[in-house]
Amino acid sequence: MSGRDTVRIGSGAGTSDDRMTPALELAERGDIDYLVFECLAERTVARENFARTQDPGKGYSPSLPERLRMVLPACIGKGIRIVSNMGAANPVGGARAARREARELGLGDIPVAVVLGDDVSTIVRSRPELRILENGEPLESILPRIVSANAYLGADVICEALATGAQIVLTGRVADPSLFLAPMMHEFGWSYDDLPKIAQGTAAGHLLECTASVTGGCFGWPGKKDVPDMARIGYPFADVKPDGSISIGKTPGSGGRLDVMTCTEQQIYEIHDPTAYITPDCVLDITHIRLTQEAKDRVRVEGAMARPRTDTYKVTVGYTDGYIGEGEVSYGGIDAVARAKWAADIVKERLRLRGFTYEDFRVDLIGISSLHGDTGDRPESYEVRLRMAGRSPNRLAAHAIGFEVRAMHLNGPGGAGGACEPRVRDVLAVKSLLLPRQLVKTQVVVEGSL
Amino acid sequence: MSLRVYDLAHSRTGDKGNTANISVICYQEKDWEFLQRELTPERVMEAFRHIARGPVRRYELRNLKAFNFVIDNALGGGVTVSLAQDIHGKSLCSVMLGIELPDREPTAALR
Repeated sequence: MSGRDTVRIGSGAGTSDDRMTPALELAERGDIDYLVFECLAERTVARENFARTQDPGKGYSPSLPERLRMVLPACIGKGIRIVSNMGAANPVGGARAARREARELGLGDIPVAVVLGDDVSTIVRSRPELRILENGEPLESILPRIVSANAYLGADVICEALATGAQIVLTGRVADPSLFLAPMMHEFGWSYDDLPKIAQGTAAGHLLECTASVTGGCFGWPGKKDVPDMARIGYPFADVKPDGSISIGKTPGSGGRLDVMTCTEQQIYEIHDPTAYITPDCVLDITHIRLTQEAKDRVRVEGAMARPRTDTYKVTVGYTDGYIGEGEVSYGGIDAVARAKWAADIVKERLRLRGFTYEDFRVDLIGISSLHGDTGDRPESYEVRLRMAGRSPNRLAAHAIGFEVRAMHLNGPGGAGGACEPRVRDVLAVKSLLLPRQLVKTQVVVEGSL
Repeated sequence: MSLRVYDLAHSRTGDKGNTANISVICYQEKDWEFLQRELTPERVMEAFRHIARGPVRRYELRNLKAFNFVIDNALGGGVTVSLAQDIHGKSLCSVMLGIELPDREPTAALR
């Protein structure tokens, strides 16, 4: 325990593709003690596992070198500790990359604590009878195609890593709120029996884990929900006290807004039953949370409740599931939609004549029906972009979609323009299952000397 | 123009697998009971009929002046396999906001 009165935890990234500079602003001007980078979406670990199979040195988050290069000078200078899941499918590789960045910046030999144990692919492969949560089928149905299986670890093992004293902690798959809860537990000595505090910390982690989503990003609506100076939107932090009181703020002088409305949207985001948001650390209940505006860009969080953590870890299993192919071409002006629909029919017929079949196939008229389906009563737009996409175990069949759509230039209705190159991508699908805790062996190792 | 959810509330979509969750958050506390009465899971399912198979579950968060609608089979099989452009369904909150609601003070004469 640090004996500190308040710990300030900043949120520097909420997805692998998140913006870079707001984290630097937090480090330089936010007066933070911890900087958390959350960079793993549901499917990212599967993708990075794939990268690791191509190159054993890779498999950590591709944005790790750039993010750390940007913030390390400020963080090392000010003693800000970094906690991140950018280790992805190769946390040790990520730690080595982090140390390399520090050395190249002239910051010396920085030890990095690494959290291991989330990779449960060996355990899972030996238990084909495990049930897939989404469809109730045994894991056996996808067993030969599995490329990754990762358990969502909790704050306890991140605390262990923080206890080593290493300034940087890298993990693979952990639950997003756990990245934020861990520094609180570490600083204040909270245990899993302190349920109200664990609940507060988890609720705060949930508010912070998507960065700008709580400061006006994914929120602004012109004339209805205006956001000032959105271009320079700032990232949030939480001020946490030993008794579990939480106040959310954002980088001083940054753009955006932080108020009860932005916090409410983020508090409910990606939650199903609000009385039972299951994390590895607790079962959170947000139905008694109170959000109060304390000052401009300051929101107090109170009243989070929780039940004890469950005896299982949620595991995301990544597996290959064929290919998605797609193509696009545009039509404009008179009869634009009629020509686009005709083109779609021609492409479908040509794919059929070539003997290709698809597990799933989709025709979008971008500008009319690509986002919210076809209600049949939308006004016809002046121009329309035809998009066709299909999924198939056969790569050639997937490629043929974009090929035939592009051929609309010469072999379809008049006035087709701007077709894109045929696109094909490997499908890395994910399914979930639950694994008893005792089967998962977590471990902390330190790269470099402390 | 008739009353829409947009006039009373704001909204955000989240995704988990093939399930979307769409919050509906009242601007004003006083509108919560009206939405509780009128924005039923059935009405929401009807608005999403051409997008999602459902079912729709509705959770109440009175403390946040809000509701959480959880819509199953809404994301084309889920982020990783969906053929949709908006694989996360982030734009679906606009469909929720566009739902038309009955007039707040129905006149007896209409009957």
